[in-house]
Amino acid sequence: MSVYDYLYYIILPILAVSILIIFIRFLIGPKLSDRVVALDLLLTTGIGIIAVYSIITNQPAFLDIAMILALIAFLGTVAFAYYLEKREKND
Amino acid sequence: MTEIIVIILSSLGALFILLAAVGIVKMPDLYLRISVTTKAATLGIGLILLGAGIYFSDTAILARVIAIIVFMLLTAPVGAHMIGRASYFTGVKMWKNSKIDELEGKYDTKSHKLKSED
Repeated sequence: MSVYDYLYYIILPILAVSILIIFIRFLIGPKLSDRVVALDLLLTTGIGIIAVYSIITNQPAFLDIAMILALIAFLGTVAFAYYLEKREKND
Repeated sequence: MTEIIVIILSSLGALFILLAAVGIVKMPDLYLRISVTTKAATLGIGLILLGAGIYFSDTAILARVIAIIVFMLLTAPVGAHMIGRASYFTGVKMWKNSKIDELEGKYDTKSHKLKSED
C-alpha cells in the first residue's frame, strides 16, 4: 500500500467525516458564537484537506492556498468577535 | 522511510481532527467547545502539514509549511480568546455543572472594562 492509496482511502475519508460532523454543530448551534466557532473549525479542517490533497497530487503550490485560508479563518473569527461585542454595546 | 513518517504523521493529525469534530458536537457549552477545538484542531493541522513538508523533502516547502504552523499556533489562541470574550459579554450561559465563574460581577457591563480586585 503506497502513501497515495493510504491518504486517498483512509485519511481523506476521515477528514470528510469530520467536516460532516462539524457541519452538524454549524447547523444546530444555539447561538451565533457556536456557529462562528464551528466555521473556524471547518476552515481549519479545510487547511488539512488541502495539505493532504497537495501530497496526493504532488503539487506543493497548493500549500500557498492553505496559508491564505489560515489568514482568512483568523480574520473571520476576529471580525465576528469584534462585531458581536459591538452589537451588544449598541443595544 | 519518508513514507512511513508521512503515514504516521497524517494518521495522528486526522485522528486529532476527528476528535475535535466529535468534541464540538458532544461538549455541553460554548466555552468547553472552544477549549476542545482550539487545542485538538491546531495539533492535528500541525501534524498533517508537517507530514506534507516532510513528504516533498524540499527546504523551501518545509519553510513554508513551518510558517503556516507558526501562524496557526499564534492565531488560534488569539481568535479563541476573542470569540470567548465576545460571547461572555453577549451573555452566553455556562454549563449548569460548571463550578466556578471567576469573572462574575468583576467587569463593567457598559464599558467592558475589567475591575481589578484591590
